[in-house]
Amino acid sequence: MDKQTKKILVDPLHVTNPITIQVLGICSALAVTTQLKPAIVMSLALTFVLVCSNTLISLLRNKIPGSIRIITQLAIIASLVIVADQILRAYAFDVARQLSVFVGLIITNCIVMGRAEAFAMGNPPGKAALDGFANSMGYSLILITVAFFRELLGSGKLMGHTVLERTMDGGWYAPNGLMVLSPGAFFLIGIFIWIQRSATPALNEEA
Amino acid sequence: MEFSNRYIIGFSIALCLACALVVSSLAVGLKEPQEANAALFKAQNVLRAAGVLEEGQSANREEVDKLFEKIDYVVIDRESGQVLEGEEPESLDLKKMARDESQSHETPKEFKNTLVRRVPNKLLAYEVHVEGHEALVLPIHGYGLWSNLYGYIALTPDGREVKGITYYEHGETAGLGGEVENPSWKAQFPGKTAVGPDGDVKITVVKAGTVKEPEYQVDGISGATITSLGVANMLQLWLGEHAYGPYLENKRAN
Repeated sequence: MDKQTKKILVDPLHVTNPITIQVLGICSALAVTTQLKPAIVMSLALTFVLVCSNTLISLLRNKIPGSIRIITQLAIIASLVIVADQILRAYAFDVARQLSVFVGLIITNCIVMGRAEAFAMGNPPGKAALDGFANSMGYSLILITVAFFRELLGSGKLMGHTVLERTMDGGWYAPNGLMVLSPGAFFLIGIFIWIQRSATPALNEEA
Repeated sequence: MEFSNRYIIGFSIALCLACALVVSSLAVGLKEPQEANAALFKAQNVLRAAGVLEEGQSANREEVDKLFEKIDYVVIDRESGQVLEGEEPESLDLKKMARDESQSHETPKEFKNTLVRRVPNKLLAYEVHVEGHEALVLPIHGYGLWSNLYGYIALTPDGREVKGITYYEHGETAGLGGEVENPSWKAQFPGKTAVGPDGDVKITVVKAGTVKEPEYQVDGISGATITSLGVANMLQLWLGEHAYGPYLENKRAN
């Protein structure tokens, strides 16, 4: 693997992470992370949309007139999101209901348009696909970690299976109600950003 | 790179056509499993309203079909409230009937907020005979803030008390009006008086925090006053004399 490919693949997981560094896609990171399962499905849906949109836009990059490039990107992304939504409704109905509007809102997820505009418009399809995949993984990594802690601490479960027996079911664990609510995700993401920046001081901006 | 206007227009048209083709062919191709899912979800909601399925409990097609063996899906003559024997509920198209003036009657003015313009002359009901969960489950619908809400209300077999309510389809705002799906809100309904002895609809939803008569008033959803009102209006209409009233009267008399 040459150095550049490695950079495309690894950077979005850490030094250019879409959530913790660029602080994009926060809305869905709050909304769908109360449980692991919807977070995983959401990650898969975003991965699908981002890889496909990056590839398609990169294939068309020399054909897209500059004056209508944003709406062109949006049309492609919106179509892909509908595709993802329709497939979920057909084959994962329960999760699709839990995710409700948030699958549709992938259209407005800044990560997707950000990568289209910043990368796919100026790079060949292979690299663009790789970039889309890596950024999705960066997003998924945070989403799934947040969901892991929120489901575990908020309801004592993982993937719907009881791990910590809750007091209301006769166990010993008193669930942390904050984790079930959106602010819980803010705290967790904040803590992740803190840890990440402490571990890699190079990421800190000049005060 | 410079592009001519003609190229830009051509490009936009080609892009739109390509996107439309992909989206519409997929929508048509996936219609079958999606409709099967929707039908199963509706059936689960009938069971949930009646309390056969617990909140959060799911059931697959076979389990649902098995439970439905103990449920009579009946056609009711609206005016007399009699169950019409020998009618196939599945073959009735109530939406079509509601558009036909000879097969429906106009909803009185006071229910205009439900946006249910006409009520068909035949109605459907589920008579649930699952042991321990005997109930009447009636389909209801009406307008909230942004959309029509479709759901079921379950009553005790004598039609006097509410057993539960569910909504399976609506387009209200998630987190506000969408809270009609919230289990803790729905949990207020069981045990409330549905219809009084002389057929007056009792059950209603009041503005959040103003419950005075806990026997029949349900606390509305804060931040979703209009959706809550929509729920109250549709209960008034469907349980009242212009819809299921006569049927419920027969049930009370039994």
